[in-house]
Amino acid sequence: MEDMHPFPGAPTCTPHVLTYTDGTQRQVYVTGIETPYPHGKLIVSQTDTQGIITQCNPSFVDMSGYTAAELIGQPHCILRHPDMPAAAFRELWDTVQAGRQWDGHVKNLRKDGGHYWVYATVVPNIREGRIVGYTSVRREPSRDKVAAAEARYRNMR
Amino acid sequence: MSFNFTVSPSFPNERISDWYIFNTWMQRKLGLPIHLTLHDDFGAQRQAIAAGQVDMIHANPFDASLLVREQGFRAIARPEGSPDEMVIVVAADNPARCIPDLPAGIRIACTDDPCVNTIGRILLEPANLDTGNTRELRRETYIQVAKALLRGDADAGFMPVEAFDGLSSLVRRDLRVLVTSQIQVIHHVFLIGPALLPHAEAITHLLLSMHHTGKEQAMLTALGAKRWQALAQEDVEFMIDILSTLTS
Repeated sequence: MEDMHPFPGAPTCTPHVLTYTDGTQRQVYVTGIETPYPHGKLIVSQTDTQGIITQCNPSFVDMSGYTAAELIGQPHCILRHPDMPAAAFRELWDTVQAGRQWDGHVKNLRKDGGHYWVYATVVPNIREGRIVGYTSVRREPSRDKVAAAEARYRNMR
Repeated sequence: MSFNFTVSPSFPNERISDWYIFNTWMQRKLGLPIHLTLHDDFGAQRQAIAAGQVDMIHANPFDASLLVREQGFRAIARPEGSPDEMVIVVAADNPARCIPDLPAGIRIACTDDPCVNTIGRILLEPANLDTGNTRELRRETYIQVAKALLRGDADAGFMPVEAFDGLSSLVRRDLRVLVTSQIQVIHHVFLIGPALLPHAEAITHLLLSMHHTGKEQAMLTALGAKRWQALAQEDVEFMIDILSTLTS
């Protein structure tokens, strides 16, 4: 995955280096600006078994700040925010690879360095008894639960 | 032997005769005896499904999940048009301006439509409202849901966008939409059961070519669709995966 570059016109941003579970690294720039979750919408995407995005709905595109063409074929962790502890994603992957559903609150990174909070549910796509990919559906979280998740993740980092 | 056809009870009452006209046309074109039964509510329809009395169905997304994953039904088409969306409405004089303004303890008027109620519950989550701190008031029809709001018997109501748009302008004037779902990926589907699988190709061809003549196009319009769209099994499996994230 390519490093991020400071988004043109974005306010002051902080550089971070993310290290993914496969050992690769990516430079990202974070602004601290939150984009409110759009009321009534669901963000939907599907990946293959390696976490590569194979399809997504318009809400996913809108909230991420990328175009659909920029997203399809990229690893889902293109949205990973440095405030999210690696342990949270390890738990997600361990759960869905075991064939079970995972849900939790996630802070996602936008292309412009901003972020948005979601309540995410991920299910394995099981066809003829085999996991062939994963579907993730994100919905609007309550602010109380976002505050609780922020505190929990801060302690995990 | 006659095959049994039914339609998810979420459609507006004024379309009852249009579904009978559609069924008569379909029987004639396919040369198959097909009996249409329209159930009054979702409970009666679920009983008919459980009793094996459904061979063909225009199903809401939740029933489609059950039928495809557990009863060997195959999805062959879906109506082209707007996806299934719903609204949460309040009386026009309700002080709430958005979902987080709704307090715990509110009374929610709704029907027994599992799809609308599930989405409605999800849209209430930003206010930390759930079945434990709200009260559901079940009504037979969406007109009765609207009346419950106007009379002050309920604080909020769940209804499909189509049902809200179908209310008279006088009623709509006294209601206010707090939120409209924009799920984009959930829709009704036309399914056939195992007994009709040998006729799948003929039924699919018939539906997909229905919009080709003016008379049949008018029949489709009366049912609220522009045309039938082909549906691959994976399209339905994907929709079912999405629904599973909303119901567990």
